[in-house]
Amino acid sequence: MLRRVLRLASGRALVARALSTRRGGSTPGEDRDGKVSEIKKKIQSILPGEPWNPLYDTSHLPPERSDVVIVGGGVLGLSVAYWLKKLENRRGAIQVLVVERDHTYSQASTALSIGGIRQQFSLPENIQLSLFSANFLRNINEYLAVVDAPPLDLQFNPLGYLLLASEKGAATMESNVKVQRQEGAKVCLMSPEQLQNKFPWINTKGVALASYGMENEGWFDPWCLLQGLRRKVQSMGVLFCQGEVTRFISSSSHMKTTSGKEVTLKRIYEVHVKMDHSMEYQPVECALVINAAGAWSGQVAELAGIGKGPPGTLQGTRLPVEPRKRYVYLWHCPQGPGLEAPLVTDMSGAYFRREGLGNNYLGGLSPIEEEEPNPGNLEVDYDFFQDKVWPPLAQRVPAFETLKVRSAWAGYYDYNTFDQNGVVGPHPLVVNMYFAAGFSGHGLQQAPGVGRAVAEMVLEGHFQTIDLSPFLFSRFYLGEKIQEHIII
Amino acid sequence: MAAPRTSLRLVAAIWSTRGIHGRGGAATPEGSQKKGKTLLQFLSDRFYDVEFLREYFLQRQMLKVHQKNRSFTHMVEQYGPYIVGACFILDQGGMVKFQNNDWIGPKERGRFALEFSKFQEVSVEAVDASGCAINYEGLDNLLLLRNLQSLSLQHCPHVDDWCLSRLYPLASSLQELSLAGCPHISERGLACLHHLPNLRKLDISDLPAVSNPGLTQILMEEMLPNCEILGASWAQGLNVEPEEQPQDKASPVHV
Repeated sequence: MLRRVLRLASGRALVARALSTRRGGSTPGEDRDGKVSEIKKKIQSILPGEPWNPLYDTSHLPPERSDVVIVGGGVLGLSVAYWLKKLENRRGAIQVLVVERDHTYSQASTALSIGGIRQQFSLPENIQLSLFSANFLRNINEYLAVVDAPPLDLQFNPLGYLLLASEKGAATMESNVKVQRQEGAKVCLMSPEQLQNKFPWINTKGVALASYGMENEGWFDPWCLLQGLRRKVQSMGVLFCQGEVTRFISSSSHMKTTSGKEVTLKRIYEVHVKMDHSMEYQPVECALVINAAGAWSGQVAELAGIGKGPPGTLQGTRLPVEPRKRYVYLWHCPQGPGLEAPLVTDMSGAYFRREGLGNNYLGGLSPIEEEEPNPGNLEVDYDFFQDKVWPPLAQRVPAFETLKVRSAWAGYYDYNTFDQNGVVGPHPLVVNMYFAAGFSGHGLQQAPGVGRAVAEMVLEGHFQTIDLSPFLFSRFYLGEKIQEHIII
Repeated sequence: MAAPRTSLRLVAAIWSTRGIHGRGGAATPEGSQKKGKTLLQFLSDRFYDVEFLREYFLQRQMLKVHQKNRSFTHMVEQYGPYIVGACFILDQGGMVKFQNNDWIGPKERGRFALEFSKFQEVSVEAVDASGCAINYEGLDNLLLLRNLQSLSLQHCPHVDDWCLSRLYPLASSLQELSLAGCPHISERGLACLHHLPNLRKLDISDLPAVSNPGLTQILMEEMLPNCEILGASWAQGLNVEPEEQPQDKASPVHV
């Protein structure tokens, strides 16, 4: 990218020089310069070591074949790419191509996330994934070390999450904390008096119990993780392509199950990748496709024909992942909570955390089903803050009664409408499409664990480190919900 | 309360912070990128073998640190937590002080003398782990010392924010903590020290990764009202007029 900028800059300088000498009459000097550079380029392309482009430049197109095509270049896609290259048994055994539609990541959930990581979940698998990811983030400079590159600074704030519960939710919170402690998370329960002692700026009215994560919880910079993964994965030989997947070409084979029922199994053998702002596309032959498209995973799954069939059958079960818009507001409060403030989540669902040292805070609220905003664009609704976010926060932290909203942004949750948990693993009918999507707001913090699980599924055929069999696609057809109760 | 150290250990500490092959890039500021690569970097870009060898040596260095921080907790039933913790610190090159005894440190060539029978039930009062290669896993062994009152982690190259979040089990007894000169500690890790309410002396001077030392000092003083915090003065980082000199409250200002 640096080279592109330099080329642009030198291009502009050439134009400026040309303009300045135009007053003195055009000299044949400029033409000669242009011709010389073209001849130089032609000679360079003939010499060995450079790509041979006799007709036109194809450097922006993806390769013609690749073993694995990962649709989506966010943190989940890059994590799968990383673990695939890390766990392959021979150097260079697997060719991986990552296809990302938007190289600026302007709408990607990863870049717009507030970057929290917590172990306070109700499902043991989620807790294990989070612990694995905390381990990964802690040792990130060992996992993602690239020779001659500076070490990564994730800007991790190990301040923990503070979840508050009212009388109604206190029993559920206690049982959840028990499960969390069994899995190895360090969570402590606090009574309202202890809470008041520790954090004097909280108003404990209505709080019956609070759970506070002591270790491995906090928030970090997701952009740094994304760039670190990108850099490492490029050094391991993964190819990147900027384009959109528009079509899957698959072959089908009709088979009979043991009970005599007819089943059609499909296998994707070609992926059409269309370039930006043009009709040009490149068919990429592939052996496996990994759907890590985040909020748009549902659309990508539809392209592969998942969900096209009579409802109620396995062919008719679609991937229930859709984009849901969430707002994050940044405000300034001069008398707000100090350096020790964790990420506080109120019973109403409103949350906030400190941002930087200048008394700025980030926060938001997940709206209820009936009030979901339209996910067509990423425009921010400031009235939502006035009506729904500010009142519970001001009630919980009295200092927030005087605050000034500095800015806000919106991002997508790749929301799983079935049970708000991720989908991991292969599809039963489209046998070479693997999913790694639908994490409904906690995908970033589980990305390293999920990446490893998908890589193990691809390379070994079963989960080895963390058993994510409850997260397979078949649960949508069988109707087995694994509901995650603590969603922020 | 720091123990007297020999100059030999200081030299070893400086050498260990600078990794081979220019890995210690964390300390270099952004403006000082070298023009022109070294021969090793040039060869790495051209030959896969050289790149692989350099990655191998990098992994070997990291393994060495892991080896130093391996867990000794399986020996606790036999010797008791205090002896095991003390052995870990002495093995790394630090010094320990048992209650009502003098400082015990390594003699020449890293050997140390520890009378196991005498110190089985005596708790460790103070630990000076300055310059040691202690990291997050090694804290497993350090946290066995429940009644620790004074801990010095000055110039430890692998102590970072994650390690600070792990110090809360020592909350009931820890009164003095020194983190001066640790290259990876920032204000985000310092914020977790609010778990230590009994802290009376905290040294946070010379932390290169802290973005705003003066402001951090003020916020830390607000967070820990009963603690005396040594480090930056509030005026550090302010643009001061040449005529007016700020009143320095703390001891030497590190600029």
